[in-house]
Amino acid sequence: MSLITTLARLEAVRTGRAQPAATVRHRHLSDRPLVFVPLTTAGEAGAPLGALVGTDRDAPHLLVVPQPRDRDLRFAFLADLADIVLPHIEAYAESVEAAERTETDPETGKRVKVEVDLCADAAQLVVPSRAGVDFVRLLGRSMRFRRTAEQDPETPHPAPPRVPLLGRWLTHYGERARVPGSSLLLAMTDLLGRHWATGQSTLEDQHLGALLAWIAPDGTQGATGAEAARRAELARDADGQLLCPPAGPATDPAFDNRLLAPAIERHHRARTALAAAEDGLEADDRLGALTAAEREIRGLVESRTRPTWDAVWRGLDLLRELPEGAHAEERWTRDRWSFTSHRDRILAGEPPQPRRDDAVTAANKLATREREQARLEAQEALDDPLVMAGRRLSGEAFAGEVVDVVMAYSESKRPSPRPLVTVRTDDRPHLGERVKVYRSLGGKPQTAEYVGPAAPDHGDGTGTGADDGTLVLRIMDKMGRGKEPEAGSVPEKGDLVCFTLFEHEQRGGAKLPDPEQTPWTHGGPPGETATVPEAADAQTEEDVL
Amino acid sequence: MTAETLAAPAPAAFDPGAEAARATAAILHDTLHGTERGVVVDSPPGAGKSTLVVRAALELAEAGRPLMVVAQTNAQVDDLVLRLAEKDPDLPVGRLHSSDADPYDKALDALENVRKSAKAADLAGQAVVLSTAAKWAHVKVDEPWRHAIVDEAYQMRSDSLLAVAGLFERALFVGDPGQLDPFATVGSEQWAGLAYDPSSSAVTTLLAHNPGLPQHRLPVSWRLPASAARLVSDAFYPYTPFRSGTDHGDRSLAFAVPSDGSGPDRVIDEAAAAGWGLLELPARHTPRTDPEAVRAVAAVVRRLLDREGRATSERSPDPAPLTAARIAVGTAHRDQAAAVRAALADLGVHDVTVDTANRLQGREYDVTVVLHPLSGRPDATAFHLETGRLCVLASRHRHACVVVCREGVGDLLDDYPSTEPVQLGTLVKFPDGWEANHAVLAHLAEHRVAWRP
Repeated sequence: MSLITTLARLEAVRTGRAQPAATVRHRHLSDRPLVFVPLTTAGEAGAPLGALVGTDRDAPHLLVVPQPRDRDLRFAFLADLADIVLPHIEAYAESVEAAERTETDPETGKRVKVEVDLCADAAQLVVPSRAGVDFVRLLGRSMRFRRTAEQDPETPHPAPPRVPLLGRWLTHYGERARVPGSSLLLAMTDLLGRHWATGQSTLEDQHLGALLAWIAPDGTQGATGAEAARRAELARDADGQLLCPPAGPATDPAFDNRLLAPAIERHHRARTALAAAEDGLEADDRLGALTAAEREIRGLVESRTRPTWDAVWRGLDLLRELPEGAHAEERWTRDRWSFTSHRDRILAGEPPQPRRDDAVTAANKLATREREQARLEAQEALDDPLVMAGRRLSGEAFAGEVVDVVMAYSESKRPSPRPLVTVRTDDRPHLGERVKVYRSLGGKPQTAEYVGPAAPDHGDGTGTGADDGTLVLRIMDKMGRGKEPEAGSVPEKGDLVCFTLFEHEQRGGAKLPDPEQTPWTHGGPPGETATVPEAADAQTEEDVL
Repeated sequence: MTAETLAAPAPAAFDPGAEAARATAAILHDTLHGTERGVVVDSPPGAGKSTLVVRAALELAEAGRPLMVVAQTNAQVDDLVLRLAEKDPDLPVGRLHSSDADPYDKALDALENVRKSAKAADLAGQAVVLSTAAKWAHVKVDEPWRHAIVDEAYQMRSDSLLAVAGLFERALFVGDPGQLDPFATVGSEQWAGLAYDPSSSAVTTLLAHNPGLPQHRLPVSWRLPASAARLVSDAFYPYTPFRSGTDHGDRSLAFAVPSDGSGPDRVIDEAAAAGWGLLELPARHTPRTDPEAVRAVAAVVRRLLDREGRATSERSPDPAPLTAARIAVGTAHRDQAAAVRAALADLGVHDVTVDTANRLQGREYDVTVVLHPLSGRPDATAFHLETGRLCVLASRHRHACVVVCREGVGDLLDDYPSTEPVQLGTLVKFPDGWEANHAVLAHLAEHRVAWRP
């Protein structure tokens, strides 16, 4: 945790309210996000219990699995989910604009520009918490290898037609969520945690109700954030149920034991009774009982998801009040490229994402994410003075006033301008001789080199030596080709400038070999087996109830 | 401690020179005449890794095999070039460098047979071509090199090896398994357990896919004094013990100016006599840049210089003055290093190296002053417990090491046992940071000087 975050948290404790950790919104928010609030069954990994999903805050779709251990009901849930999520995604996938991309021509090996489709916008998925992101990933993994009756008539438990496709999309969203700064799949707790600092630990911030209680307490007038958060976390009604149910996908054990388990048991009995009905009249009666039991479970699931659903939308409202950061759009464009390329892979009939990445894919992903991480950190600081303040406090940037500019030239045959700029700053950057520093000049980084502290007998009499924070920089580039620097390219006396020790833009990494060229050190090429889509796990006895 | 019992009892007559020569001969034999595509050499701190790399490079060049050398940083590459040129000034050496400004050490310009270029094609025909892994990753060749030497292979990440492994047919991998592991700036749990986890070390991946490769070990540390080799070996290399090349009494550190009785002077005398000194400040939770501890570090350095130390070693019969260039300060974090530098500047000390463990890797000094990574902390995170971090900090010195630390680290360790999740399929590293830290603390406790500044 950086010093400025620690300070903000301390201040939040003292004031009883969350403190802003950003002055702009650092993530793109779609006009029509698809909010997904899933619940899972305790003790059954990957067995969904129900979900609220939709784009209309007042009319979410409620999906429920009344008997989570029944494979057919589970499939029915997933098919319903696919019917809501896929049309939403496909609507975005169909609307494209023309864009250019640089590709390597397979014949000449040259880099050429090609015109391709880029989705004009991408579907954004919002879940309440980080555990929700993991659940999306888990659902994706459990669905993408399923076979439909059409794909494989022999398969013992064919999946509904669109379920494997939903699995592939959710897998893509789950994987993209691992890229720093991406906004295809967002967790509300992460979003709010990025923009506000509360007076509790980051672990406690994972509770959406408690987090919102710090940021925007409702109802309970006068309560401090800590009190409101405590209430959100722990307060129970007369029946021992949490007033603010956890954001899931895990449910509260008291709910599981006292409400859900009996209801599922009643449903199970009603179903067994219906199956045993001997005539139509009896069956009608028992169907009524079954429907009532099912309605009860639906009511229970809705009661536990609706508060979270509302909380997610309240979080979205809060975030929308912040203006979007300057670079968020650029990062969203990369999300659109990612969305488009997945769409293209599906259209091209490629197999689902493999269970495990091969060596080259894994290395490429890691390199991309590290680059995006560095890019995100730099862009957030450039977009937001509060974030930059944190970097200045940790010695990674400094801001100050230009007190002197002396023209100088490089010692080469064609001397280029290398003006010396003296900056007075109250910051304490970790500078060493010839360390490079950067400032943003018209959106592009300009490089300067640290020369040293200003000499005590400096021309204007302001410099008094190393300790007063007056330092000399040599501007290195972005001054044009002429002997005299272009107008506006060199800071002038009196200018307020902000330099960073970190680079603003990231270089692309080296190209890795193709997977078929994987070297011997990494096990050699993956071989034929890896190109054939993997079958789902074979059925074991434990799979059958 | 279990490590105590595991360290092999010293044989009656241990001849370090002969042992090291035997190991080197076996390594060179496997490299030049072996049938396997790779040879792995584990080298404890100061065991002559660079010497081995230079010697192997010269022998491979002599055998007429085109050789590429992969190191991790530009400083390491330049250092190897200089050593090669020193051993064989006639050898045609290529230094492949980046196209940035000042890409290599200016000292290389004085060497006649060293050709420098940013393009690999310009260096074709040189007997040995050296560069960093990052630069090699951009090189494309039709004909791979017959042989490669990968230096600091344990500090190289698996994905970095993936990018360059296509450039060579066979390779000698040399490195120190006890130093800091490579790291990624983003989470990489999703690949944990895969043999080719891109965030693991190059050697881990290499051996996972090629378990039959010959593995060698350099058995003697020439840098560490007898007082340190035993502790470092027991604490950090319990299953692959090594010895020091010198014995107790072969080296000594004396000061012309006597002690003034202050804490820094007492700890300096303790370290000069025993090889280790612990300057213990009162227990307290502090920010990372603990001003008292930082000032204590600076004070120790100042007194080391003021007291006109003389270091006697096997290198020469005459004592060498302990100058600022022979002293280093090691910290865990960069802001701590910056704070120490500022404190030293306040005391008028300039040319002493102050850096983090990551940047001190591979360096050697007569005396080191270490700010303990756990000093003053309220918690012990995986970063601060990392075995390699403490190992680097505790193994840079030829004569003595002074550790500055707040009291209570032992309790802190006991309050925070390792809680990292166990990943299936990954090699568990022994010893873990918790155990290694305890082993070092237990030893340092015998050389403790309590001081209230």
